[in-house]
Amino acid sequence: MRRENQRLADLLRDDQANLLSGWAAEYHKYAEGRGLTRDLQAQQTSILRELEAGIRADGNADNFNDPAWRVLREVLAQLSNERAAQGETADVTSGFVLALKRPIFDGLQRQTGGAVEGQIDVIWLTSAVVDRMAQWTVANYQKTREDIIVRQQHELMELSTPVIKLWDGVLAVPLIGTLDSSRAQMVMESLLERLVETGSELAIIDITGVPTVDTLVAQHLMKTVTAIRLMGAESIISGIRPQIAQTIVHLGIDLQGIVTKSTLADALRTAMRMTGHTVARAAS
Amino acid sequence: MATELAPTGSAPIRDERDIVQARALVRTLTAQLKFSLVEQTKMITAASELARNTMVYGRGGEMRWEIVAEGIRRGLRLHFEDQGPGIPDVEQALVDGWTTGSGLGMGLSGTKRLVNDFAIRTKVGEGTCVSITRWK
Amino acid sequence: MERIPILRMGKHLLVTIQIDMQDQTALQLQEDLATMVDKSGANGVLIDVSALEMVDSFIGRMLVSISDIGRLLGATTVVVGIRPAVAITLVELGLSLGGVKTALNVERGMALLDANRTI
Repeated sequence: MRRENQRLADLLRDDQANLLSGWAAEYHKYAEGRGLTRDLQAQQTSILRELEAGIRADGNADNFNDPAWRVLREVLAQLSNERAAQGETADVTSGFVLALKRPIFDGLQRQTGGAVEGQIDVIWLTSAVVDRMAQWTVANYQKTREDIIVRQQHELMELSTPVIKLWDGVLAVPLIGTLDSSRAQMVMESLLERLVETGSELAIIDITGVPTVDTLVAQHLMKTVTAIRLMGAESIISGIRPQIAQTIVHLGIDLQGIVTKSTLADALRTAMRMTGHTVARAAS
Repeated sequence: MATELAPTGSAPIRDERDIVQARALVRTLTAQLKFSLVEQTKMITAASELARNTMVYGRGGEMRWEIVAEGIRRGLRLHFEDQGPGIPDVEQALVDGWTTGSGLGMGLSGTKRLVNDFAIRTKVGEGTCVSITRWK
Repeated sequence: MERIPILRMGKHLLVTIQIDMQDQTALQLQEDLATMVDKSGANGVLIDVSALEMVDSFIGRMLVSISDIGRLLGATTVVVGIRPAVAITLVELGLSLGGVKTALNVERGMALLDANRTI
């Protein structure tokens, strides 16, 4: 083990109490006057323990992906995931990690009685390693936030594109809002799944709520209709407003024989007929 | 059931059985990386297409895989490499295919749509390497 | 090399593909079906692909060929059970299997074949 690693490792082992309280005090400054919560306190201990283990395994700051730092990385990832999920900010989360530097420097000073000579290596080791820890923590934090946002987007998309069973064998998807490629993908997937689940023969895709239909949207619709056909069902596109009809013709989009209707009502009427149903009003 | 595959590896592509094997490998790898069912199917299908190209046009070669990372996101990258005749007109190859109704062709344009990243290195008389990546 | 079995059900032939086929196996199936349709005078062929997790361009072309060959020999072909993920992938690849009749499952497929019998 390198000499500076040895020094730092011994300090982490021998001066825990001081390090913990110094860390709490420093965090106070980074976190806009906040104190340590109980879980943060618990995490302090495990971070110090895994940091010491990594230092003793001769880890250095140049390669934080080294196996020597594996457990420390896991502990920090867990920390940032929890902070992110609780809505803590990135700077306070990284501030918690960075606040560890000062108490370690103070500890090193106590060890040597204030002498500065020969300290550079261990000070550099400390500073560089804590910086890496903070970087790693922030990267994980950001990933967690992104995952949360993606999940929320998904949920929103699902809520806004429900697949409805209109009748025996007839499904309907009322599309509302712009149809981008990820949304189109999601509509296709849930529609096809529901086709299998319900054993339906017909899907009505209603685009009344889609503001513009350009070549890209038309492509998405075509792909969806083709996929439905591959699975042995038929589609009807409804909600073609006059402006949309004109756009489609002007753009030269060929809907290749897909049945289209201007209203959902018309589509349902056609769907009932296509699936062999007759609708009759009861005699009063 | 299956043990975890190493983050990198390779498999030969000499005959038809190797194409089936390549599909099975990609199935295991994409499942390991927890891709969704649709993502898995797309990647396995792309691998099948490219493996067949390697065998048919490249006169045999190999498939190499690597689990890649870009920052925090992870993905699967596959390389299909042969020392075959190479592709004289890549632009043309990327346009032709079943979509133009010309029958066969290498179907590269379709395969490209199944993956996130698509790269092709080829030299006439030396060989071809097609690399595809799907990110999680 | 495995050979896909072809079952006879009345005036129809039923094929259930349950393995990840080698190219040769697919070609053999095509040949076997042509022979069987001719020999049995069947007027309907049902191909169940519900066990297939993947259909690539080779298998796609096989299905189109079987359908075309069958038609020439006087039989209608229906492919049943294409999974959602497979359908999505085929569409993305640009393969719409034009000319091939499809149905959601074996039951529907049979109904389709019976309805087509009057042709």
